[in-house]
Amino acid sequence: MTRATLQALLSHWWRNPLQLFTLLAGLALATALWSGVQAVNAEARASYDAAAATLGEGQYDRLVRRDGQPIAQETYVALRRAGWLVSPVVQGRLDGVRIVGIEPLTAPTGIPPVPPEEGADITAFLAGEGQFFANAETAAQLRDYNVIITPEAAPGTAVTDIGVAQRVLGRREEIDSLIVLPGQPKGRADLAVQAPDLLLQPAQGGSDIGRLTDSFHLNLTAFGLLSFAVGIFIVNGAIGLAFEQRRPVVRTLRALGLPLRRLIILMGAELMIFALIAGVIGVALGYVIAALLLPDVAATLRGLYGADISGTLQLRPSWWLSGLTIALGGTALAASGALYQMSQMPLLAAAQPRALAMEAGRRAVLQGITASLLLAVAVVMMFTADGLIGGFTLLASLLIGAALALPLILDRILAGTSRAAKSVTAQWFWADTRQQLPGLSLALMALLLAMSANVGVSTMVSSFRLTFTDFLDQRLASELYIRTEDEAQSAALIAFATSRTEIILPIQSADTQVAGQPTEVFGARDHATYRENWVFLQQAARPWDSTFAGQTVLINEQLSRRADLNVGDMISLQGTQFEVAGVYGDYGNPIGQAVVGETVFAALYPAITPQNFGLRMDPDAVSDFLTDLEGATGIAPTQSVNQAGIKAISLAIFERTFTVTTALNILTLAVAGFAILMSLLTLASMRVPQLAPAWAMGMTRRQIGRLELLRAMLLAVLTAVVALPLGLALAWALLAVVNVAAFGWKLPMYLFPLDYARLGLFALLAAALAALWPAQRLARTPPAELLKVFSNER
Amino acid sequence: MLLNVQDIHKTYQTADGPFEVLRGVDLTLQAGETLALTGESGSGKSTLLHLIGGLDMPDLGHIHLEGQDIANLDDNGRAALRRGTVGVVFQQFNLIPSLRVADNIAFQARLAGQHDPAWDATLADRMGLAAQLSKYPEQLSGGQQQRVAIARTLAPKPRLVLADEPTGNLDEATAAVVLDLMLELVTETGAGLLMVTHSTELAGRMSRRLHLRSGRLA
Repeated sequence: MTRATLQALLSHWWRNPLQLFTLLAGLALATALWSGVQAVNAEARASYDAAAATLGEGQYDRLVRRDGQPIAQETYVALRRAGWLVSPVVQGRLDGVRIVGIEPLTAPTGIPPVPPEEGADITAFLAGEGQFFANAETAAQLRDYNVIITPEAAPGTAVTDIGVAQRVLGRREEIDSLIVLPGQPKGRADLAVQAPDLLLQPAQGGSDIGRLTDSFHLNLTAFGLLSFAVGIFIVNGAIGLAFEQRRPVVRTLRALGLPLRRLIILMGAELMIFALIAGVIGVALGYVIAALLLPDVAATLRGLYGADISGTLQLRPSWWLSGLTIALGGTALAASGALYQMSQMPLLAAAQPRALAMEAGRRAVLQGITASLLLAVAVVMMFTADGLIGGFTLLASLLIGAALALPLILDRILAGTSRAAKSVTAQWFWADTRQQLPGLSLALMALLLAMSANVGVSTMVSSFRLTFTDFLDQRLASELYIRTEDEAQSAALIAFATSRTEIILPIQSADTQVAGQPTEVFGARDHATYRENWVFLQQAARPWDSTFAGQTVLINEQLSRRADLNVGDMISLQGTQFEVAGVYGDYGNPIGQAVVGETVFAALYPAITPQNFGLRMDPDAVSDFLTDLEGATGIAPTQSVNQAGIKAISLAIFERTFTVTTALNILTLAVAGFAILMSLLTLASMRVPQLAPAWAMGMTRRQIGRLELLRAMLLAVLTAVVALPLGLALAWALLAVVNVAAFGWKLPMYLFPLDYARLGLFALLAAALAALWPAQRLARTPPAELLKVFSNER
Repeated sequence: MLLNVQDIHKTYQTADGPFEVLRGVDLTLQAGETLALTGESGSGKSTLLHLIGGLDMPDLGHIHLEGQDIANLDDNGRAALRRGTVGVVFQQFNLIPSLRVADNIAFQARLAGQHDPAWDATLADRMGLAAQLSKYPEQLSGGQQQRVAIARTLAPKPRLVLADEPTGNLDEATAAVVLDLMLELVTETGAGLLMVTHSTELAGRMSRRLHLRSGRLA
């Protein structure tokens, strides 16, 4: 019985390969988008984990100098003698590679690669030219050194013995930090006595890089989920239509004596096998997408956060397994409704022709209630959402609610136009379009989601770009920026430039923590540059005056939001209390920032001397100045960056940030176009009985084909009209809720009507292209096929 | 006795309220006997056929098929009944469009676990379908499709054949050929035949005839 039933079920796909293709392609595309994004995330996370493991980042307490300067070798030796179990680390860059020097005999276990545990040659590691451990990609950059390739090494990082690192980095006798090993002996000397200039930094729960990049990955995951939702709409549509078309066969099978339970099990199993096949194809496609996206993601993260991730992809079991699980789960989700309906279907009721429109009528009430509830939740969340979970709840309820409401909105519009139509052809067209709506609604929902995501994200990106350009104009006011190599060069620069510039603005900073938040403290020189260009979100009276006078501090929006600090609150820097006099916008900076006057900075951090300078001068004099500067001081033009250059670099970084989301947007729109194509193709065979009477009454097949094309374009335009406000609401939610929660700053929202018009045109084009083939097929339907409708032999 | 129907009642819910389509129907049928059931549209002929075939459940009454009351069977029991004991020939043929003619003929017998290729070949030959076995239903005429449906019904050698206007979609000449074949084969297998028809001519060729009027046997 099972074999005969399977033969009957599978023969349907054999005779209707297009339906099978729709089903497999929809599921494969949905899985591909999801697993592609997951692959990128998994790769990046693995890179951070490897980086954290290399440095023991976040896992161990560390000792660092209070003034941020290197620790002397003698201090390390003295601490070891005093009973402290500490291990030295030095870091630096060599040929673009981060070199991490460790002391293998004292380093804690688990910081790879440590030769004694690995069974490697400790003598080779320690002696002579030494050995470097790095992955293949990094090893290629260190051709002149003895590199052992270790796949699990952090990207862009090479680990070596500290002595070797000090030598190749030119930092003899210097140590950046001391790792404090667990299980320190009791009775060891007090740190305050033994090394008063050192500060104990406690271990952190997670790595800084991980925290900073979480928001980026959250965005990617959100778009992956959105793409998957679009895919599920396609799968749902394909399965629904396939079930609708197989309804007579199901009825026959049952009438011939096939038990319902066995039929459902077999159809469920059949779908799961398809899901598995499509899942494998989807995961493979996802791998290709990830491989294409990863270099951009790597560049973005490196540029924006300084996080190194591998530019190549590994086939990780976690993501391909999750891809397959999502494919199977998505199919189960999409098929469960259809299978449930079949289980509830009375045997004889199926004998009646069952138009999709009749079924949609019954579903409409439930769908309307669900859509209204979700949109109500979205409205409530707009006023109350706080944090990422609230933000994403808002996005989800808004998008799903609107998608569910779309067919009902379109139905009302079409009912109105149908009533208003004058000619008989127009009346038939509108009524027929309305009847088509249930069969196309899932594809139109997918188009709505894709378009609104496109409007939302492009609005966010463009608002970001506009705000950031203005911001750079304000913040990069100096005509020239110069970085010196040492204190002597700094002095020479100051001596040379003082008389030839309006003012020299030193750019000096120290890393610290304010209210538990990692913060950079800047020391600013009193000048109109700051007063005239910086824009405050909150400010006390004359904030620059009091700050330059050493009485107050200015903080950025990120620190203000994260530490809940506002104007009038007090913060502590190096034990000194300062009142917050202003909060300024600081777009793009992942961490907190505080600005104090130059004098105060020098008092707080006496060991830090500025090596970056902003020079205000006549823009036309920059070129001559640089030539003369090199002649007088040896400071090469390569050590300078003019304002336009810095702005270009900064903008390039932010452009890259959104490369990935833009790529996903395009893919999602393409998938939605595919959904329309597949729905129209599947519906085309069911359309013949509806079109045959119109043909019999005098319309030509060409006219019918043209009207089919027009119908698809019309529905796309109506969907676009709904997508625009939805996309703008999505943009608002991203800018005002999700962005604040993820990045710590709020962006103003700008509107870009031309972009929206272009997107609408693309959607129209996608719908027209999708409808062209099905319309052409209908226009070429042989008259014999149309006649069958009237001869009761179909 | 092959079939014994006792006091069958069936009511449908319609937009205008409940509609009692069968109001206490009794009938019997012996093995090898042929019975025509006639009546106006809406008199309950098809409903009675569906109840006897286990396609639907009566509200009241008993249907004994070879001594077993099928009104008490669950879904699986009725499915088993339809597979092996009863064969239904539908007016609309209800062939499986994605299966070839040969597979369609063998289908019900395979479901019932009573597949006999030699008997299938005999049926195909007798029905004049031998040259059509590798075709799909859509490639056949209406008469040919109905002959495939009859062959499929007879392939598992059911004890009772139920036919719902089996020639309703065919022209007179084709209908006569199809009916001749069906009667021949039913007689050969010794099955009982209950046929719903509007045609008095076809009804006249059955060994017995019953007329339904407003849910009751006239």
